[in-house]
Amino acid sequence: MAEISIQLNGERRPVADKTSLEALLEVFSLPHKRVAIELNGSVVRKNDWATTLVADGDRLEVVHFVGGG
Amino acid sequence: MSDQFSLAGTTFSSRLIIGTGKYRSYDEMKAAHIASGAQMVTVAVNRVPLDGSTESFLDHLSPQMKILPNTAGCYDADHAIRTARLAREALDTEWIKLEVIGDPITLLPDNEQTLEAAKVLVKEGFIVLPYFTDDLIMAKKLLAAGCPAVMPLAAPIGSGMGVQNPSNLRIMREQLPDAIIIVDAGVGVPSDAAIAMELGADAILMNTAIAEAGDAAQMATAMKLAVEAGRLGYLSGRMPRRLYASASSPIQGAIK
Repeated sequence: MAEISIQLNGERRPVADKTSLEALLEVFSLPHKRVAIELNGSVVRKNDWATTLVADGDRLEVVHFVGGG
Repeated sequence: MSDQFSLAGTTFSSRLIIGTGKYRSYDEMKAAHIASGAQMVTVAVNRVPLDGSTESFLDHLSPQMKILPNTAGCYDADHAIRTARLAREALDTEWIKLEVIGDPITLLPDNEQTLEAAKVLVKEGFIVLPYFTDDLIMAKKLLAAGCPAVMPLAAPIGSGMGVQNPSNLRIMREQLPDAIIIVDAGVGVPSDAAIAMELGADAILMNTAIAEAGDAAQMATAMKLAVEAGRLGYLSGRMPRRLYASASSPIQGAIK
């Protein structure tokens, strides 16, 4: 399968073409619960993770929560 | 005490809201949270590390606590809006502590960007609690934009300097008698919290004063008591200030 390159949390990462967001979390061993994903500046709802596929050059932010004031 | 604090349809018996940052250990944080009696805690939105660690910080918070995500680290309205949307999606909450910082040395708020972000987020259905400079006019604008409360600073974040401009808080209280005012940032010691409450603040949000105390849990207890004392003091109505003395004991009848 063709390989593409994405920007994941600010880091350039190779990934198989047509990887879904759902699969992406698996590939990078990222948590599924109480996280949110932004694709090119827009939030992707959890219900759409399985059907949203990444493309070359996509910018992804996967966030969770940490201590703060 | 039946003096409850109602905010955007949620009622709290505690008027102390505390942070989750800077604690030396999770155990210390948990002990401080319990001691504080707080019912709402703030958390920050952050990139998930790509090292495969899947520990969730939220697992260390009591399930009874209401979680208030913040937009810390955002320097413009756009970033804050994006962060708020991510927080809502991840936590399924409309509540957001809006924080748009103006510069990294003082961490003072960028009020203009804060107002801009507040307008957008309110339209999107968020319950926006904005951190801003202790300024009456800004408070009016944020309330007009639909924020259910305003959160003026007492002093810069993490400074522990206490209420630097009591007149501003007093003016805000007097001019906005119906607004919910939460003093956010700058408290260092319990007396600072008591002063803010005596000036009429409805609640106080603090983090560093507890997290960086030598004994965090004990300081959390002290802050709880200070907030309660300050609140009772405010409700009781202070005596008038006098330049000269006024004897407490009868002058007539003292032996000669």
